[in-house]
Amino acid sequence: MSTTTTTPDAATAYAPSAETLAAVLSRGERPPRPSALSASLTFGWRAILKIKHVPEQLFDVTAFPIIMTLMFTYLFGGALAGSTGEYLQFFLPGIMVTSVVMITMYTGVGLNTDIEKGVFDRFRTLPVWRPAALVGMIFGDVLRYILAALVIMSVGLALGFRPEGGVAGVAAAIGLLVVFSFAFSWVWTMFGLFLRSEKSVMGVSMLVLMPLTFLSNVFVDPRTMPGWLQAFVEVNPISHLVTAVRSMMSGAWDMSEITWTLIASAAFVAVFGTLTMRLYNRR
Amino acid sequence: MSAPAIETSGLVKIFGANRAVDGVDLTVPAGTVYGLLGPNGAGKTTVVRMLATLLRPDGGSAHVFGNDIVSEADAVRARVSLTGQYASVDEDLTGTENLVLLARLLGHSRPRARERAAQLLEAFGLTEAADRQVKKYSGGMRRRLDIGASILNTPDLLFLDEPTTGLDPRSRNQVWDIIRMVVANGTTVLLTTQYLDEADRLAGRIAVIDHGRVIAEGTPGELKSSVGAGTIHVRLRDAAQRPAAERIIATALETAVELDADPVSLTARAVGSEQGAAEHASRALAALATAGIVVDDFALGQPSLDEVFLALTDRPAQQQEVNA
Repeated sequence: MSTTTTTPDAATAYAPSAETLAAVLSRGERPPRPSALSASLTFGWRAILKIKHVPEQLFDVTAFPIIMTLMFTYLFGGALAGSTGEYLQFFLPGIMVTSVVMITMYTGVGLNTDIEKGVFDRFRTLPVWRPAALVGMIFGDVLRYILAALVIMSVGLALGFRPEGGVAGVAAAIGLLVVFSFAFSWVWTMFGLFLRSEKSVMGVSMLVLMPLTFLSNVFVDPRTMPGWLQAFVEVNPISHLVTAVRSMMSGAWDMSEITWTLIASAAFVAVFGTLTMRLYNRR
Repeated sequence: MSAPAIETSGLVKIFGANRAVDGVDLTVPAGTVYGLLGPNGAGKTTVVRMLATLLRPDGGSAHVFGNDIVSEADAVRARVSLTGQYASVDEDLTGTENLVLLARLLGHSRPRARERAAQLLEAFGLTEAADRQVKKYSGGMRRRLDIGASILNTPDLLFLDEPTTGLDPRSRNQVWDIIRMVVANGTTVLLTTQYLDEADRLAGRIAVIDHGRVIAEGTPGELKSSVGAGTIHVRLRDAAQRPAAERIIATALETAVELDADPVSLTARAVGSEQGAAEHASRALAALATAGIVVDDFALGQPSLDEVFLALTDRPAQQQEVNA
């Protein structure tokens, strides 16, 4: 409150007037409730407004992916693939997936802070499609995912990554990544509603994300791993997503991996979306 | 006769081992202001949150305009609005953006939403601050915006959870005026407050809540007369006259008189109705004057929430928080 700047004039000059209030309190004017999509898009607009007012929050979708890409390319490139240029061909789709999937955790953190502040109390008393507030919030996050993916692609191209799939392949790959990330975000909305503080959401997110992204085929070829680890990497949805994204960027679309990823996405929404809505209604 | 605005029966909410709301029965007629009075942690907010469909009751039932708050939650939501204890507006957004957002969610077209937002900002004296982020608003402005957001669609029932807590006296008066106008326009208001004074000014009926139970219910007048009409403070010019003054006041008021730490002042708890207390008090003053005792200051105070609690539960309200 110490930084609050008040215009004393505005506070003193105001005296509620019966006429103006009666005018705004007109009855009988109740528009029909908005459709599910319209309500979700309105909440998405809110997310965009928040980005507009607090642009610093884009830092983690720009700086973080750049650092991840540069760091791992030069850290592992020489050792793993002989040269950074060659490693990049293999690694860029993977690091893109890793970065974007890691950014999804901010959905949970954001939801948790929103709820702490009380504005969700109003949203939850509105007669709108119930998941709209959350769907809209994730719509806003989708923009962040796209931005992060584009940033990484630009860094990759600057460093010498040459996708043979062309613009179409890259665009489709980013599309698939965004679909998966949208679906995966529901894991974090669940935790955002379930856990008590922003810090615990962060903690759990890292606990889930670190093994999920590192124990995959993002950084190295799984064939060098012990059998039990290979078994995990095999079922890890991130591995399937990475394979699908790689295939699309290289122009040789792996339809079975793409299908697998889409099915996994649907499953994430079905399971974690349902759990999220249960918590959202119960809270 | 239409259904009452609110009707609850045996409403219960349990948090862990704490029975936050422990069998609350309320009937709030439509078109009135109903006050829920109680100290922090008494269960007022929990009752409001259940009625506003934010929390599911663990027992009992509640109907808002005849709609069940659990099975017909959507019908309830279409008719109520909530201004919570913590600002239910988005601090990062501007005043206009907050209202346009809500108007859109309530189904208004984009141009209509903008128009409605501008109207409300005007009516609440926030036009100048319309394009400023809410986090830069003062407490009073924020509260006005919050109430403005709540009446965007002119609800039939408005929940105001401690609407004036933390506001300066001027802003508090503004909020009171707004509430009166909203009610005059036909909206029913359920108001929670810690201040007897506030409930007295606004509410037609009051339920006093303690430990999740209604411990008293009635009009403000009924409640106050059950408690006593308040306290009378007298400050004398000469400390030496205090023993004489004590006798005179005790006789005039037919009640015990306490001697304060300040050697020139006395306090008496008045009994009977408010009007009766005023009469008794003026009689006491006259008697003091006749006896040649000079009175420097005299005050007749309304009973405080503490006194209400003392009378109803034999302990002051503050102690509740420690016990809870």
